[in-house]
Amino acid sequence: MPASSEWIIKDQTVVSNSWRILEAEVGVDELADMEQQAILAPLDFWLAERSTLQARKGLTGVWLDSNEKPGSLIVDSTFDINEIPLIAVNFPVFSDGRGYSTARALRQNLGYEGDLMAIGDVLRDQVFYLKRCGFNILMPRADQDAEIMLTAFADFKTGYQASIDQPEPLFRRR
Amino acid sequence: MYRYDQYDHQMLADRVAQFRDQTQRYLAGQLSDAEFLPLRLQNGLYIQRLAPMLRIAIPYGMLSSRQMRKLAYIADHYDKGYGHLTTRQNIQFNWPHLEEVPDILEHLAEVEMHAIQTSGNCIRNTTTDQFAGVSADEITDARPYCEIIRQWSTFHPEFAFLPRKFKIAVCGTRHDQAATQVHDIGLYMVRNAAGELGFRVLVGGGLGRTPVIGSEIRSFLPEQHLLSYLDAILRVYNQEGRRDNKYKARIKILVRETGVEQFRDKVEAEWLTVKDGPMTLTQDEVERCRGFFHDPDYKDLPGSSELLKRALGGDVMFAAWHDQNVSAHKRPGYAIVTICAKKTGYAPGDLDAAQMQFIADLADQYSFGEMRITHTQNVVLADVEQDKLYDLWQALKTHDLQADNLGLLSDMICCPGGDFCALANAKSIPIAESIQRRFSHAELREIGKLSLNISGCMNACGHHHVGNIGILGVDKKGEEFYQVSLGGSASNDTALGKIVGPAFSQDEIPDVIEKIVSVYKQQRSGGEEFVETFNRIGLDPFKAALYGDKSNSRASRPA
Repeated sequence: MPASSEWIIKDQTVVSNSWRILEAEVGVDELADMEQQAILAPLDFWLAERSTLQARKGLTGVWLDSNEKPGSLIVDSTFDINEIPLIAVNFPVFSDGRGYSTARALRQNLGYEGDLMAIGDVLRDQVFYLKRCGFNILMPRADQDAEIMLTAFADFKTGYQASIDQPEPLFRRR
Repeated sequence: MYRYDQYDHQMLADRVAQFRDQTQRYLAGQLSDAEFLPLRLQNGLYIQRLAPMLRIAIPYGMLSSRQMRKLAYIADHYDKGYGHLTTRQNIQFNWPHLEEVPDILEHLAEVEMHAIQTSGNCIRNTTTDQFAGVSADEITDARPYCEIIRQWSTFHPEFAFLPRKFKIAVCGTRHDQAATQVHDIGLYMVRNAAGELGFRVLVGGGLGRTPVIGSEIRSFLPEQHLLSYLDAILRVYNQEGRRDNKYKARIKILVRETGVEQFRDKVEAEWLTVKDGPMTLTQDEVERCRGFFHDPDYKDLPGSSELLKRALGGDVMFAAWHDQNVSAHKRPGYAIVTICAKKTGYAPGDLDAAQMQFIADLADQYSFGEMRITHTQNVVLADVEQDKLYDLWQALKTHDLQADNLGLLSDMICCPGGDFCALANAKSIPIAESIQRRFSHAELREIGKLSLNISGCMNACGHHHVGNIGILGVDKKGEEFYQVSLGGSASNDTALGKIVGPAFSQDEIPDVIEKIVSVYKQQRSGGEEFVETFNRIGLDPFKAALYGDKSNSRASRPA
């Protein structure tokens, strides 16, 4: 389970974090204590308790674990995924690359335009790829240095492929 | 061949700077071993038995003389003076120092080379037939498509942390020399009824612990959809490939567990979400890439060379080499020459720095300054005038490069094995040498075309599963043994070898190979090659020769 950190990087700027990540085992009764707070609900809980969560005053986002499919968020045909203010994707370990495909699917296949946050084992050396796959917010692992993290956005000037941050592949631009 | 523009150069410069920074942070203790591991692997850097090993990419085997000279320089200055050609058409150095690797990468970048994604759980160097573009029987030159795939796969942000490594081969020749069917994705270039170019798409082939021949999931993919379709396959694999067990993480296991039909349906569904989007290849881009592989300035020459005829008649040794190592070229008056890096006494696929320099000079002098590395660990000069073959052969002799054993039993594929590799269960180079020493050259020629592939462990870098004869090093209670398989093929009729029986000790191997060859020689009919005889007579005659009548009762021997 990823821990919430004090700061996050949003759109390449360090800002304080107001999101609280709820554990996978969270119960409805625990919500009372965080009525005003911005929370990230685990997928199963978010699916099971939608009406309760919708009635809250604070913002409610959802987090997906690396094995959870983004398509699970589409609860019915009338659901607009852009009503979710923030979707987080967990990297249980940085070398588990499923989250990159999850992000791209959210942005590209499901048309999600809201905030997309990488959580968990989020490290400096994956920042550039995370950004390219559509994450606009990173919640780094606790030991990561903010200044060093920020340098990673400039690792490469461009990329060959079509990506979320640059839908035209290089061969259409060169 | 492909030349970098400002974008390619920039990307490479960025990469060198990035890896220098990563190496410094690792050496300063700011990156853990586990965090540095995939970063260095994606720059081709292994920590080996004796020293780090650096594997340098040679995209689809194409190499210029300038690049070869740079490799010679690296061998001399950062290694012990030699390099090893690999089965992915790459080259690896066994003795660089970790802290010097960023400098090596900077040297490589000067000549448009790198070590990007030559290892790690990512898309590896795309390979192709070493005769692409010059083969007398070709559907189309695969190299422009290999280059398109190279660019697509380089730093693909979504596929840098796959469940396991991922290998793609493209074959545009009719006679497949690229082992296409044992790749994670194998692409055969084809034309449809309307004459349009496209790809027949195979997935889930591979060697390693569980050898599998790829399954077709599409009989014709129009060329413009190449990248979107590859993207779709990779996305299904990235999301669904197993990550709980390293040995079950390759796409072949996913395809098998999902079922080919269902896997194809998933790919096609994923493809529909990106099909006809920006990834669709433009005709401009295809033409741009083709432009790098246009024919060199060939002369108009007669179809047969009088000079060559005279030399063949006058020099038996030259004739033997010509017979074995020279292949038909699409252009009249030209020939394809394979320089075999398989001389007895040298580790198969090893070249020393002086040989590299010399081959580069030969390429300049005889073959428009270009070479190709083959997956069988040899070097090709693809465009040699027939008039000059005799001169070339005499030059090769001055550097011990005249081995005339292409395609023969002694032209083995062999991994570095236990002498270098930390993964190996057993040595492979001494095995290769002991076999090479057993047969005289006349015997080898009499035996004819026979592939012998040796791997020092289950990871199968030496492609033992698809050798006509395969040898696999196994560890039995701390002792090295060798399991022998027969009947494999990496060609159009790809087949996996069948294990002949209990494993043998190192000392027994030359006798074992000799017995196998004797059975073939006794049983072959007409001009049959080894694998044809094997397919006709099966395993039993070989078993009988190796184990006697009680072939299944040698219980005392490790299996």
